[in-house]
Amino acid sequence: MKTMLYASAAAAVLALVSTAQAQDTVKIGVILPYSGQFADGAKQMDAGIKLYMKMNGDTVAGKKIEIIRKDVAGPQPPVAKRLAQELVVRDNVDILAGFLLTPNAMAAADISAEAKKFMVIMNAATSIITTKSNYSVRTSHTLPQVSATMGAWAAKNGVKKAYTMVSDYGPGHDAETSFQAALKSAGGESVGAVRMAVANPDFSAYVQRAKDLNPESIFVFIPGGAQPAAIGKAFAERGIDSAKTKILGTGELTDDSALVNMGDTALGIITAWTYDHNHKSALNEKFVAEYKKDNNGENPNFFVAGGYDGMHVIYEALKKTGGKTDGEALVNAAKGLKWEAPRGPMMIDPETRDIVQTIYIRKVEKVGGKLVNVEFDKVENVKDPVKAAMK
Amino acid sequence: MTASDPAAAMTPQTYMQSLSRWRVLEIAFWLATLLPFWLFPTYLSLASQIAITALFALSLDLILGYAGIVSLGHAAFFGLGAYSAGIFTKFVWGEPFSGLLVAALVAGIVGFASSFIISRFRHLTLIMITLGLGLLLHEAANSMSWLTGGSDGLQGVSIKPVFGVFKFDLYGYTAYGYALGILFLCFLFTRRLINSPFGLALRGIRENFTRMPAIGADSRAHIRKVYTISAIIAGIAGGILAQTTETVALEVLSFERSADVLVMLVLGGAGRLYGGLIGAGVFMIARDQFSGIAPQYWYFWIGVLLVVVVMLLPNGILGGLSKLTARWRRK
Repeated sequence: MKTMLYASAAAAVLALVSTAQAQDTVKIGVILPYSGQFADGAKQMDAGIKLYMKMNGDTVAGKKIEIIRKDVAGPQPPVAKRLAQELVVRDNVDILAGFLLTPNAMAAADISAEAKKFMVIMNAATSIITTKSNYSVRTSHTLPQVSATMGAWAAKNGVKKAYTMVSDYGPGHDAETSFQAALKSAGGESVGAVRMAVANPDFSAYVQRAKDLNPESIFVFIPGGAQPAAIGKAFAERGIDSAKTKILGTGELTDDSALVNMGDTALGIITAWTYDHNHKSALNEKFVAEYKKDNNGENPNFFVAGGYDGMHVIYEALKKTGGKTDGEALVNAAKGLKWEAPRGPMMIDPETRDIVQTIYIRKVEKVGGKLVNVEFDKVENVKDPVKAAMK
Repeated sequence: MTASDPAAAMTPQTYMQSLSRWRVLEIAFWLATLLPFWLFPTYLSLASQIAITALFALSLDLILGYAGIVSLGHAAFFGLGAYSAGIFTKFVWGEPFSGLLVAALVAGIVGFASSFIISRFRHLTLIMITLGLGLLLHEAANSMSWLTGGSDGLQGVSIKPVFGVFKFDLYGYTAYGYALGILFLCFLFTRRLINSPFGLALRGIRENFTRMPAIGADSRAHIRKVYTISAIIAGIAGGILAQTTETVALEVLSFERSADVLVMLVLGGAGRLYGGLIGAGVFMIARDQFSGIAPQYWYFWIGVLLVVVVMLLPNGILGGLSKLTARWRRK
C-alpha cells in the first residue's frame, strides 16, 4: 500500500509539472480573510490588486496573470497553511500572495519554503515573517519600522519623556519595545507603560492613569477599526490636551475611518506611517483618482497600497525573469528592486528581502473643514530595525 | 432493536451484544475514509483537517450527545492539547506519538480538575461555566506570549516522521493517514465505551439526572469520568492539528471553534457516534466549496444549511436517515 501511495503521489507530481509547463499563464494564489472581522481590509487589498492589473494590463512577459482567491476567515494558521498547500498542489499556482494577518503569513511561509514558491506578503507586519521562507518578500511595512521611527523622531524633536499605551497582544508588545528602545537610544526616557486588554472598548481608566502622571507625551498603539475612536473620546473626556501633552502613534490610530469617528479630538495627534492618500506626488494623485473611480469615491489606504505595490513587485520580477516562475529566479529578481510607488520611493532589501521605504511623520490638522493627516517631516530609507539588529 | 427480534431472546446480555455488533454500513464507512488517498490526492490536507475536526466532534458528542452536558467552551481542551503538543515538540522532542501523549495528559488533567465544577451544574449554568473556562484559557494563552507565541502563533514546531519513516509531506499523505489512524483508534475506544453499561448509565443521566442515583448509578461520578475522557480525546485532536500544521494559534482556543463544533454535531446528529464524523465532513466540505464560489459569503450558506437541517431533520442528518430507513423497513 505504501509503494502504491508513493507511486500515485509521484504520478500526480509529474502530471503537475507537465501541465505547468504547457500553460502560458502565471497563477497567483491570493490568501486573504475575505469574510469575518478583517473582511474590510481584505476587500481593500483585493481592490489594490485589481487596480494594478487594470492599470498595467493582465499580461506580463507574454504570460497572462490569473488570480485565484481563497478565504481564510480570520487569524487561522491551520486553514491558511492548508489553503496554501492546496493552491500549490491542486491549483498549481506559481506565486503565493496576500496575507493580511501575521499568523497566516507565518503558516503559509512554510509551504513557500517547502515548495520553493515566490511569496509576496502584502500586509502582515511582524518583523520575522520574511525569515521563515527564503522565497518571500514584503511590500507593506514592519511594525518596528514605524514605531521605532516614531520613537527616534520624538527624541530628536524635543520630546524627552514618553508614556506608552499599547494593546496587550503580540504587535502591541512589539510596538512598545521598539518605540522605547528607539526613544532611549536617541536620548529620551520612558516614564511608564501600560498594556490594555485587546478586546476592551473602554479606555477611560487607562487614560486617567496616564493623565495622573502628566507625561510630556503619550505613545499609543491599538489595532485599527473601532478602537481609535474610543481612545480618542477617552482623551477628550479626561481632558488630555494635545497642545500640552503630545499624542504619538502609528498610522492605524488616525486612519481615515478612525478620523471620521474621532472628530476634532484627533487634532494634533502625530503619527508615523507609510502611506496616506493625501501624499503629494503626481503618481499618487493618479493612483487615488483611479482608485476612487472604481470604488464609489472611497480613498485608498495602506491595505490598498500594499496590494498594489505587491503586484508591482510580481510584475517587475516576472519581466526580469522573462516569465520564468520558479521561486529561486523570481526572488532573485525581486531582491534589490527599486521603484517609485504611490507612497514614494521603495526598495526590496537585497539582504533581508524586506521593505525599505520612507516613513512620514504626520499631524492631524483641519484642511478645508476636513481632518487630514498632514505630512510635515519624513525619514528616508528606513529598514526594519529588528533585522538590522540581528546581524 | 429490530422488530424481527423475538422478545424472549432479548436478555440484557444479548441487548448489549447486539449494540456492539459491527454493521455493514459501518464497515463501508471506514473503508470509504480510505478513498481520498486514491480518488482525491489533492484534497488530502483538507481530509486530514476533517479527520481532526471529526475527532473533536466525537469528543463533544460523548458529553453532549450521551451525557447531556452542553458545552460552549470545549475548544479549551482542544487548544490545551494543541499547545501542549506544540510546545512539547518545540522544546523537548519531535516524536509525534509522545507529543500526543503529552497533549492527552495535559487536557485530561485540566478536564478532570474542571469536571468537579461541571458535574455540579446543568443546563444554562453549564453553558456559562464552560464558556467562561474557554475564554479564560484564551486570555491566558494570549498573555503568556513568551511561551505560546501569543497572537503571532507558536512558531518553530518541527515534527519528526511518524514511526521514524513517514515524513509529513506537502500533499498530506502522512498527515491524513496519521489523523485517520488516531481517529479510528479513538473511535473504537468511544464505541466500546458507549456500548458498555457505563454508556447506558450516561444515557440514563441524559434522560433523568436525578433518577439515576436512585437505581445505584451516581450521576456526578459518571459525569466526572466521561468529562475527563472527553477532554482527553479533544486534547488528542488538538495535538494532531498542532503536529500536522506545525503551528498553533490562539484560534484553537477561540469561541468560534467551540461554536463550530457544536454546529457540526447538531448538523450530523448528536448522540449517534457517527453524527460528529458526518457533521464535521459535511460542514468542512460545504465550507470549502462555498468559500471557493464566493469567498465573502460562505457563512451565509452554512447558515442556510443549518436552518434547513434543524427544521426538517430535528435529529440531524443521521437522525433523518435512520427515520427514513425505519419507515422503509416497516413497509
